[in-house]
Amino acid sequence: MPLDDHTPDQTPGEARQFKVVGTRPLRPDGIDKVTGRARFGADMSAPGMLIGRVLRSPHAHARIRSIDTSKAEALSGVKAVVTRADFGPGDDDVADILDNCMAGEKALYDGHAIAAVAATSAAIARKALKLIDVDYEILPHVTDVDAAMKPDAPVLHEGLSDETVPEGVSQNVVHRVEFGHGDVEAGFAKADKVLERTFKTAATHQGYIEPHACLATMGADGIADLWVCTQGHYMVRNTCAAILGIDQGKLRVTASEIGGGFGGKTTVFLEPVALALSRKANRPVKMTMTREEVLRATGPTSSTSIDVKIGMNKDGKITAASADLRYQGGAYPGSPADMGSMTAFAPYDLENVKTVGWDVVTNRPKAAAYRAPGAPMAAFAVESVVDELAKGFGLDPLDVRLKNAAREGTKSSYGPTFPAIGLEATLQAAKDHPHWKAPLGPNQGRGVACGFWFNFGGDTCVSLNITPDGTVTLTEGNPDIGGSRASMSMMAAEELGIPYDQVRTVIADTGALGQNEVTDGSRVTFAVGLATIKAARNAKKVLCERAAMVWGIDPDAVEWVDGCARPAGDNAGKFPPMSLKEIAAIASNTGGPVAGHFEVNAEGAGVSFATHMVDTEVDPDTGAVKVVRYTVFQDAGKAVHPAYVEGQFQGGAVQGIGWALNEEYIYGEDGRLQNPGFLDYRIPVASDLPMIDTVILEIPNPGHPYGVRGVGETSIVPPLAAIANSVSEAAGVRMTSLPMSPPKVLAAIQAG
Amino acid sequence: MSQIHVTTKINGDTTEYLCDPEETLLDVLRDRLGLTGAKEGCGTGDCGACSVTVDGRLVCSCLMLGAEADGSEITTIEGMAEGEKLHPLQQKFLEHAALQCGICTPGILVAAKSLLEKNPSPTEEEARYWLAGNLCRCTGYDKIIRAVMDAAEEMRRAS
Repeated sequence: MPLDDHTPDQTPGEARQFKVVGTRPLRPDGIDKVTGRARFGADMSAPGMLIGRVLRSPHAHARIRSIDTSKAEALSGVKAVVTRADFGPGDDDVADILDNCMAGEKALYDGHAIAAVAATSAAIARKALKLIDVDYEILPHVTDVDAAMKPDAPVLHEGLSDETVPEGVSQNVVHRVEFGHGDVEAGFAKADKVLERTFKTAATHQGYIEPHACLATMGADGIADLWVCTQGHYMVRNTCAAILGIDQGKLRVTASEIGGGFGGKTTVFLEPVALALSRKANRPVKMTMTREEVLRATGPTSSTSIDVKIGMNKDGKITAASADLRYQGGAYPGSPADMGSMTAFAPYDLENVKTVGWDVVTNRPKAAAYRAPGAPMAAFAVESVVDELAKGFGLDPLDVRLKNAAREGTKSSYGPTFPAIGLEATLQAAKDHPHWKAPLGPNQGRGVACGFWFNFGGDTCVSLNITPDGTVTLTEGNPDIGGSRASMSMMAAEELGIPYDQVRTVIADTGALGQNEVTDGSRVTFAVGLATIKAARNAKKVLCERAAMVWGIDPDAVEWVDGCARPAGDNAGKFPPMSLKEIAAIASNTGGPVAGHFEVNAEGAGVSFATHMVDTEVDPDTGAVKVVRYTVFQDAGKAVHPAYVEGQFQGGAVQGIGWALNEEYIYGEDGRLQNPGFLDYRIPVASDLPMIDTVILEIPNPGHPYGVRGVGETSIVPPLAAIANSVSEAAGVRMTSLPMSPPKVLAAIQAG
Repeated sequence: MSQIHVTTKINGDTTEYLCDPEETLLDVLRDRLGLTGAKEGCGTGDCGACSVTVDGRLVCSCLMLGAEADGSEITTIEGMAEGEKLHPLQQKFLEHAALQCGICTPGILVAAKSLLEKNPSPTEEEARYWLAGNLCRCTGYDKIIRAVMDAAEEMRRAS
């Protein structure tokens, strides 16, 4: 049969007719989620379960002289207390993660875990925490990125800087990166105007509504089970096994339904602690974070300080561009300064470009990924300068972006040459949209900005099993964070030629499949979708073989059409088609169960671009900003379930609105977080917002059988800049610091 | 301190429980009664994920003590559908793809039902302000508001 995994799937640009893909069926997990039945991280219990709680440092930076847990251990109902002494040295690869989960010699930020207790009730556990005596030597601290880079700044870790870091800066600078090509100085010399600006962005939090939660069971034999809300239970397994010194195969991790992640649930916090408590108490241990713990002690974004310099000619052509990007990533190395440096100028076709990124540690919780990590801040800085230059020359900001837009064949600012990409399509769609021509009211401004994200593939393993009655179970290993079960079922149904409701997609535990990369990098619809399609093709090959066996013809003379095996070539029409159901019914007599599998380290994710357009209104008396109209233009490659693609566009835009206008980690002089709650860390609410309009562009990704590109992350890249450009126009003054909160906007208006 | 005996009606069923004096109604629902549809997103009344109604009034169950519920009638997300028949709001949330992760969904549905009982014809602005106490981080609220407005229209037509 002519089904070969290596045959070209689809000519790029060729319009393929889909039956299921592109429709909007109801999601298969929907009823559970609207009736309260769906089980999230904190919704699971076990017989004999204890409750675990964490004692956290009240100091931003302190040496831990001693910890006395004896009084807590003596409290009735307390079954285990753990400190760092209960963990072995662990692998080097996870040393920082372990130190973040349970402090070693020093507490490095307000909220850093110092000890943990498991007790028969939450009340007893809380009481026990108060009985733990910690002797701290308080050390000077630093939370601001520019301050942390100064040679005399308090140092978090001695000797951590690598060879990329030049002399003369603090040891808090742990890594420096550089990207680009051409000669920027020569390029600036040719420009009609060179503009340089400095920008600041505050740290923000992913703000998922579900706090971290897990339920751990571990015995003295090292056999362990973990139920956890996470974006990647294979990552949790591997990391916890390394921290606890057990084999990966001994720990089975089951992902609960996940109440939001956005990158914040791509590492571990409670999980190794819960396992250690369970091992010590020999009982199941459940741990959940409070909202205060989530904000103080999980993984917010970097705060940044960025210089951007761009040279432009009167016709809008950019002659050279450079940026210096300083990202503090909290108490351990790994801020996304590298990603910021790579993405900053990615939307542009530039002859001369250079970016330098600085990874800086400070006394804050270690940054985790947040939706296109590192990119929104860089885009804010770059797109603000592009906008100011364009307006200074009296040019249309969309025309200027079109003039300089990266396209197929452009050597990107971070190295690779782009294949077919959709940036120009989003810009043209923006230019043609009624929003662009709509009149503005008093005190209103309109801003546009572009954004880029790489997208990712990675390790993926799926299993597609056909039941005896001919329905299909697709087993995959990525938590469904926003409707991916629906997309997978749709792609399986499309490929098999059967109705959507004949496929059930199940998220397996770590014991059921091989390694699966975390649900991150906008990878799931692309990579798991690709694996699903390939697994379905493998299953179809077996189905055709079974039909060939029944008909007594060569399997190569059978083709799969519309959910049925059909004799092809010379045999065409000689036998009636056999449906999937009919073949499944006789599977036991033709060789056994029918399944298709596919394992891959998926490549070809296909980069993604978006253009956002926003109208804001600024109250000149208070500085308050209202978003009055918002339109997202983004390339999806192929939208599998358009409603959920729109949802990703809308959600990313609104998170960007929060980042631009409200959200901010505020540290006091004492280095303590001043706003660890949803009242003071204010994410957008329904009454803040208009509807978020979306335009889906479909420029097929040549790396996916159906042309799919990831869509989840790119949508948060342009909004910071688009809103800043809009507010700057409305307020009549250039805004260079986020969030653009009312006091800041008012001060800028009054100063301007 | 000894526990407190409470008698309530939850989703129409008479329910008795013992709780500690400091336990919230949310703790009781989730940890004692196995009604885990209400979620704890903040514990401070800021996110609305724990929304229930008590004697017809919309409350954050994390801000009310379990002991205070004595003699009250409580409805939770688990009481919203009638058997297999979804409430129009539940159906419209599915049709409009008004949920992504689904953690805020129970609270938003309870709050939206409470809105439509008080105001069967809300404007978009009224719906947005009524739901301003229910945080959703995934959707940007667009599809949620559309689902609520659509459900309101359908319920008006049906009544």
